[in-house]
Amino acid sequence: MYEHDVIVVGGGGAGLRAAIAAQEEGADVAIVTKLHPVRSHTGAAEGGINAALREGDDWELHAYDTMKGSDYLGDAPAIETLAQDAPEEVFQIEHWGMPFSREEDGRVSQRPFGGLSFPRTTYAGAETGHHLLHTMYEQVVKRGIQVYDEWYVMNLAVTDEETPEDRSCHGIVAYDVQSGEISGFKANDGVILATGGPGQAFDHTTNAVACTGDGYAMAYRAGVPMEDMEFVQFHPTTLPSTGVLISEGVRGEGGILYNADGERFMFEHGYANNDGELASRDVVSRAELTEVNEGRGFEDEYVMLDMRHLGEERIVDRLENILHLAEDFEGVDGLKEPMPVKPGQHYEMGGIETDENGLTCIDGLYAAGETACVSVHGANRLGGNALPELIVFGARAGKHAAGGDMAEAKIETGERGDIEYDETELPYQPGEVGMDAGPSGVAADGGAVTADAGAVVEQAVETERERVATLMERDEGVQHSQIRADLQQTMTQNVNVFREEEGLKQALQDIREIREAYQDVYVDDPSRTFNTDLQQTIETRNLIDVAETITLGALVRTEFRGAHWRAEHQERKDDEWLKHTLVAWNDGEPTIFYRPTILEGENKTYEPKERSY
Amino acid sequence: MSTQVPETETEAETEAEPAGESHQERRMADKAARREYRESEKKAEAELRAAEESVHLKVFRYDPEVEDKQEPRFDDFYVPYTKGMTVLDALMYARDHYDSSLTFRHSCRQAVCGSDAMFVNGRQRLCCKTQLSEMAEPVRIEPLPHQDVVKDLVVDMEHFYDQMHAVEPYFQSEDVPTEEQRQSRENREKIKMSTRCIWCGACMSSCNIAAGDNEYLGPAAINKAYRFYMDEREDEEELKEHRLRILEQEHGVWRCQTQFSCTEVCPKDIPLTEHIQELKREAVKNNLKFW
Ligand SMILES: Cc1cc2nc3c(=O)[nH]c(=O)nc-3n(C[C@H](O)[C@H](O)[C@H](O)COP(=O)(O)OP(=O)(O)OC[C@H]3O[C@@H](n4cnc5c(N)ncnc54)[C@H](O)[C@@H]3O)c2cc1C
Ligand code: SF4
Ligand code: FES
Repeated sequence: MYEHDVIVVGGGGAGLRAAIAAQEEGADVAIVTKLHPVRSHTGAAEGGINAALREGDDWELHAYDTMKGSDYLGDAPAIETLAQDAPEEVFQIEHWGMPFSREEDGRVSQRPFGGLSFPRTTYAGAETGHHLLHTMYEQVVKRGIQVYDEWYVMNLAVTDEETPEDRSCHGIVAYDVQSGEISGFKANDGVILATGGPGQAFDHTTNAVACTGDGYAMAYRAGVPMEDMEFVQFHPTTLPSTGVLISEGVRGEGGILYNADGERFMFEHGYANNDGELASRDVVSRAELTEVNEGRGFEDEYVMLDMRHLGEERIVDRLENILHLAEDFEGVDGLKEPMPVKPGQHYEMGGIETDENGLTCIDGLYAAGETACVSVHGANRLGGNALPELIVFGARAGKHAAGGDMAEAKIETGERGDIEYDETELPYQPGEVGMDAGPSGVAADGGAVTADAGAVVEQAVETERERVATLMERDEGVQHSQIRADLQQTMTQNVNVFREEEGLKQALQDIREIREAYQDVYVDDPSRTFNTDLQQTIETRNLIDVAETITLGALVRTEFRGAHWRAEHQERKDDEWLKHTLVAWNDGEPTIFYRPTILEGENKTYEPKERSY
Repeated sequence: MSTQVPETETEAETEAEPAGESHQERRMADKAARREYRESEKKAEAELRAAEESVHLKVFRYDPEVEDKQEPRFDDFYVPYTKGMTVLDALMYARDHYDSSLTFRHSCRQAVCGSDAMFVNGRQRLCCKTQLSEMAEPVRIEPLPHQDVVKDLVVDMEHFYDQMHAVEPYFQSEDVPTEEQRQSRENREKIKMSTRCIWCGACMSSCNIAAGDNEYLGPAAINKAYRFYMDEREDEEELKEHRLRILEQEHGVWRCQTQFSCTEVCPKDIPLTEHIQELKREAVKNNLKFW
């Protein structure tokens, strides 16, 4: 068994920042990550990092914009913490060597971004995430922080008291992808989940293949509620064959969208008579899908984004990287042809419920980054607000886990405090299958009630060894790739930018069947060496749990707020819905409850205003 | 083991061993037998596909643990072609539809994570960034040469990481910032290309010198050092000299024979050879002894 004070799961932006903070606090910290840190998907972020650095701007404006963008579903203490801490975090990474783009006077450049009242997005060319990731990894090397790379974390070692709020997390179980060794990692002070997004629950996404929602699923099954999972951001311009993102910049410069009839549909079909192609992400995404659904798409799949009329000079000058992307990933020459685009899953606003210090309702268990929901983004994330979230809340979680001196959190977690339970009749029983027969071998997440932390970890290791043995020994059945494809298909069909009651119920039923199919999943590759078949099989189980929480949230929230659109409920209902959706695993029989949004800030209360299109 | 395997067209010939001693062996034998059956099915399917528009892949296979893969071999896959398909897409298709044990690293699918540099049609390439339409058939996919193969297309990257770490790739200063440092636009421009490296290892694999001298820092690590040496934000003379000393050691910049192979294969178009040459000049300027 390995042992450290703080164990950070994941080496993306959030994980690296957390590890550095914990180490600065004096902890012996290790990063356990399924990808080498520099391979993390933070590296794909292009646009930038919001921070109020300049005269004329201040944290209160940043907080205000973020709250408004969140459609009043963010919590003020979280949003204000983000806005207050972002500047010093940006200075910190600048001092660590981040190669920001610069002004004439040598200061860090900032640019305007959608929804911001001040141009406060700092950036490093069109590769901000790449530079952020590499700069922080360099600091991890400098500090000699131990990295267990290509170790896949399979589960948490959590005690199993009756109520999650009484449980504590003592470590993790992971397997060395290269050798197949399954081992326990004991964490004396805390485990921080920084495992990134769940894009692979959808068949078309800007997320990496490794974005399989492992962190959400592990925390969920251990008893931490999933918060606001129904809020999924879809980006309107992604390349059809890979999901690679074509930035808003193209439309910003004057690029136009048209359908197979050659119509500039944003105007001609009245989706956004004023803003046209520049309407917000969700509006454009829905318009594109409507065109395709009504038979005006190309190959029943996509529309065209055309920038040829901008002229070669302007394109090469301002949008050069787009030419490379279109060429390399779609085989299209953007100077000579229009580029095919369609909406793709992009970002999960919801996540593992935490407070401002990254702590969940389980003692010793933290989460940070995209996988966490503090909640900063509420119903809709503003561009450029995810990267500062990684470093601000990554650092806070690391510091808190290492015993740093921090103010008491204002945000409540877990099934306690001011909560109310959901009363929606669910058409299909979510959660574990075969509950009446007791938890099944492959899917169970047994913990142990004991005072001895080491024993809790050992028991978790044993459970995981059995789970792997079962998967490996099974000789026939279904392969995970089939199950994953079915899951992605129903999610894309039913829990996409358009959500209708019937479709959502269909998705729940499909997920139920997919769970049943998973009971017979087997791993064909018999090898212990680098068995990605095994790893993906476990990831698929995690995706099923995550997809179900997204679908449940989408079904019970009967309003239209931010990224969540409901056919039957076309307005934002503040009287009823200024509250967070929380889905708790409840040992296999999920329950749904709500907690009010916190709109009281440090100096003011945020008044919900209409979000106009 | 080496990746230079003579081309043998093994059609996965596995005699299902009589039940072995251990459970593990039996399980492997069972699975091999089942795979054989499926393989015949798949072959039929593949032939059918070949009639439509499909792409023929020849993929290197090796697994130290699995009996019929201990001898490296090439497997054939026929993948239906769709417009815009990359080499990585084809590999994923083959894995998800024909053989789930086909193993390779990949993640971002957009040339930023650096996981999927492989040897495709005789050259180091990032699979996700390589359009199938530009490759002659059959498309031959092998692991990066000059690196130990772990399994199939996966190579051991430890040595590459060690070299990257060896150049002290970080700012040395420990100050606690209250505001940003200044950096001129020219200086940022100067280091810009060098900061684009995604640690894919293609350059190192293409380099003859690195192949012959295991200790050679290699183009990527030297480029990393360049990035810090040239950054004006770290301007103390002793630090600059310290960096040069790391570079002019026996297995440093002077090993480079300006063959440009690294520069040719770098998927991020980093002018590696130029950067190495510039550092050589710096070393001379600083009157450091050279080897
Ligand atoms: C194309 C794209 C562009 C974007 N652009 C911007 C932008 O301009 N500005 C902005 O603010 N935001 C942007 N975002 C959003 C932002 O980049 C992401 O939300 C953020 O980078 C996620 O970081 P993370 O650290 O939470 O996760 P990741 O960077 O995804 O890292 C997750 C880590 O967890 C590890 N891991 C996962 N599961 C396991 C497991 N089971 N065991 C062990 N390790 C595990 C992985 O190895 C990885 O190291 C963009 C996102 C995308 C996809
Ligand atoms: S320098 Fe280029 S080829 Fe070498 S590791 Fe970096 S990106 Fe890859
Ligand atoms: S998959 Fe990330 S670089 Fe190719």
